[in-house]
Amino acid sequence: MNSLVCVKQVPDTTAVKIDPVTNTLIREGVPSILNPFDGFALEMALRLREQAGGTVTLLSMGPPQAAEALRTCLAVGGDRAFLVSGREFGGSDTLATSYILSCAVKALEERTGEHFDVIFCGKQAIDGDTGQVGPELAEHLDFPQITYATDAARENGKLRVRRETAEGYEVLECGLPAVISVTKTPYELRYATVKGIFFSNRAEIPVITPQEMEGKIDLSRAGLKGSPTKVKKSFTPQRSKQCALVDEASPAASGTRLAALLFEANKI
Amino acid sequence: MSRYQLMTKDQRDLVALVHQFLKKELDPYIAEYDEQGVCPMETVRRLMDLGFWAIDVPEQYGGAGLDVTTIMHVREAIAYHDAGFCNTFSAQTFGWKPVLLAGTEEQKMHYGRRLAEGAFWSMCITEPQSGSDAGNCKTRAVRDGDEYVITGSKCFVTNGGVADLYTVTASTDPSRGSRGISLFIIDRNAPGVHVGKHENKMGIRTSNTTDLALDEVRVPASNLIGAEGTGFKTIMKMLARTRPTGVAPAIGVAQRALDLAIDYSRTRLSFGQPIGNLEGIQFKLADMEMKLQCCQSQLAYAASLVDQGIYDTLVGSCTKCFVSEAVLDICLQAQQIYGGYGYSREYPLEKLVRDARIFSIYEGSSEIQRYIIGKTLVGKI
Amino acid sequence: MAFCDYQDIWVLIETSQGKAAGVGLELLAPGAELAHRLGQRVAAVILGAHNSEAERAAAAYGADVIYSAEDPAYAHYSTDAYTYGMAALVETYHPSILMIGATIIGRDLGPRLSCRLRTGLTADCTSLDVDAESGILSWTRPAFGGNLMATIQCENTRPQMGTVRPGVFKKVPPDWERTAEVIRERLPVPGGVVRTTLVESIQETAAELVRLEDAEIIVSGGRGLGKAENFSCIRELAEVMGGAVGASRAAVDAGWIPHVHQVGQTGKTVAPKVYIACGISGAIQHLAGMSGSDCIVAINKDPDAPIFGVADYGVVGDLFQVIPAMVKEIKRLKAE
Repeated sequence: MNSLVCVKQVPDTTAVKIDPVTNTLIREGVPSILNPFDGFALEMALRLREQAGGTVTLLSMGPPQAAEALRTCLAVGGDRAFLVSGREFGGSDTLATSYILSCAVKALEERTGEHFDVIFCGKQAIDGDTGQVGPELAEHLDFPQITYATDAARENGKLRVRRETAEGYEVLECGLPAVISVTKTPYELRYATVKGIFFSNRAEIPVITPQEMEGKIDLSRAGLKGSPTKVKKSFTPQRSKQCALVDEASPAASGTRLAALLFEANKI
Repeated sequence: MSRYQLMTKDQRDLVALVHQFLKKELDPYIAEYDEQGVCPMETVRRLMDLGFWAIDVPEQYGGAGLDVTTIMHVREAIAYHDAGFCNTFSAQTFGWKPVLLAGTEEQKMHYGRRLAEGAFWSMCITEPQSGSDAGNCKTRAVRDGDEYVITGSKCFVTNGGVADLYTVTASTDPSRGSRGISLFIIDRNAPGVHVGKHENKMGIRTSNTTDLALDEVRVPASNLIGAEGTGFKTIMKMLARTRPTGVAPAIGVAQRALDLAIDYSRTRLSFGQPIGNLEGIQFKLADMEMKLQCCQSQLAYAASLVDQGIYDTLVGSCTKCFVSEAVLDICLQAQQIYGGYGYSREYPLEKLVRDARIFSIYEGSSEIQRYIIGKTLVGKI
Repeated sequence: MAFCDYQDIWVLIETSQGKAAGVGLELLAPGAELAHRLGQRVAAVILGAHNSEAERAAAAYGADVIYSAEDPAYAHYSTDAYTYGMAALVETYHPSILMIGATIIGRDLGPRLSCRLRTGLTADCTSLDVDAESGILSWTRPAFGGNLMATIQCENTRPQMGTVRPGVFKKVPPDWERTAEVIRERLPVPGGVVRTTLVESIQETAAELVRLEDAEIIVSGGRGLGKAENFSCIRELAEVMGGAVGASRAAVDAGWIPHVHQVGQTGKTVAPKVYIACGISGAIQHLAGMSGSDCIVAINKDPDAPIFGVADYGVVGDLFQVIPAMVKEIKRLKAE
């Protein structure tokens, strides 16, 4: 059971602050982290490896420094990692990104002579928040997809996946290969280990360049020009409301007054 | 958090791992553990399971084989969360160190593996009547055929209650004083080993400390480390290697105190402004930072000497003495900035002061260090 | 095909056991408005096993045209069947715009479908605007954990697709006399198309079910609760108000309450009539998931908590004193 886990290095959006004067994002000093949902996906892949054997390979697309997120993954137990990187890929929207990744998957399979049974992705990246790359990658590769997965196990040569639904959850089964997009799992990504850290810092992370994929990728479908969606403008949301503070003699009295106010305003 | 700039990528990652683990697994509970004097062994073991078992045991004997500088950074990071926890962690292999210096290849292989598999091994030197005066050893070991019979009592044994193995000093020839002291490995399960109650200490309360009574404990002669009468020499050799960085946890404690003081000075309002705006507070913080940086650099220097096989008594004693006292001072200054809240057990600072107090007492008090330094400087006149 | 040959605004109406689900009906409202500005029609698209009830609802809530395909394969949502059916409809009728609710189903189907159609998709939109002349839709959505809003266009491919957050738009009052042109399409799903098998589907019982997205009142607890047991006071308030229980990420991460209750960027996006945040400071990631609520109430000890910046009503004080008093008063008022 060989897994490929697609991961993204993202700014830690919980550390982002807004400049109160210019009302713009302050991006300086915001640490880069492994996208948390990709961490859940990795943990699911590692558990599957423990259950069914095989390898866990990591793949990311981004600038050279995105290799750091891949090293984080190797330190917790990934077997090897590859980075897709090139100027031609800059400015890609989700359609172009998933297309490039699908070409990279094929290039990787050719390069390693290995075949991926499952491709895991996080549900969404916390910077873009689109959640589209997983299903689009599945479509490019013509694999079945299961999104919002919370657990996966191998059963009778197939993959059995538990996923969230609006009403509760459901269990789906699908043949391999398949793309599994992972939401928050009941378990967290395991800690790195001393050996894992030593391994990850010495691991070579090959870069897959556009040149390397020549003949296997249509560059007109990559980058800005391959992206049907364009960001026209961005702005910080305005949040200014007048808050009516209820301030009675005691917190309990305030509570009583608040309930009455909500009742009067027909809110309850 | 540590701002030391010369860490390798491996060291930075290990330190980050320690912080990530302890922030989640220890920080939320530490106040409770401290109050109750509980040693959270389960958490210690889980941290160890990440690859820290037998941390300083060379790889050839099954250990993690980390160098002294790396271990120093790891211990600083652990102590940032709790100095007592760090004590438990570090003391896993205390009893091993004499074996590495004076033991047989067989002992090294056998016990190295046990440590890697998760055994705790305490070192027992101090006795009720002798602390710094380590040569004054009343515990007796008498040869009886292929065995030794050991009787005596040890106190302030770090990890005494949680250890699987003990290394003890015992006199095989009282007439020769310190030259009659020998080192023995004792299994906790051996008949006659009695572990006393956990010491109710002022600080490092999560570190398990007990008495150990030895009542005609029989050990095979193969448990002797080195030759009879070489124990004291081995201990001195050991201290030359451990002392320079033994005080590493103090850095973590001081860094925590400084970080807390900085945060507090940025948020605490007095006379209509954050107290961090006041020069009086800024100067205090500056003094603390200066001292901390010097301590950190001195420790790193001492550690790299040991890593290069240079065992300098003067450097060891100077480092131990200076750092332990400077760190207590940093914590006291942080407490001063915290004002009344620094004196309250509801806030984290008071614990740091209690924890920091140990560093100039244990592992060779400040007085012993000054004595060694002074004597070395003046020499034989 | 020229872009002018792509006509009409389509809204996917999700169904559950033959009934139209809320968000599809909501989207008919902005759909109709945009269609009006473009001089085009708003169409509802329904895939299901038995669609008559959903068709009636679509007409009542404003659809001009209804594309309806019935097949047993559409009874329960599957990515492959729905992608197959939707792609076939789009390729036959060429809509200019296709809107899908940003539900679990919509966010599974949307990207799969847009990729098959090789067109752009904008995720999780919260506001829409159209340029009447060019027919280009501006989709606005939060990104960066709610720290940033981005307006996105899809100029060069059709249809223009987006998933739209539930609760952002309000349904129009239904007119059950209203009729619409219904185009019934036979789109049986060929064997081998669907590659997943449903092994079991667990509908949580009403008590366990957390349908935050549909709740009119949500009472949420955060770090200020201190421990899991203290959620009981949140539950009590939710119960007397007839609302659902939500939580901040801090409370979920601490293990006090399951993730299904989480509101915010990495949880659910909600827009109830009343949202009561108790002991929640209001990190931007949390605000991203609830600031669309009609009326926000904040109860927090810290007067500087950002939650007060988005709140309509606030109490600065100990929630353990405020909430029981509220419960008591609401019970009294309800009894009157």
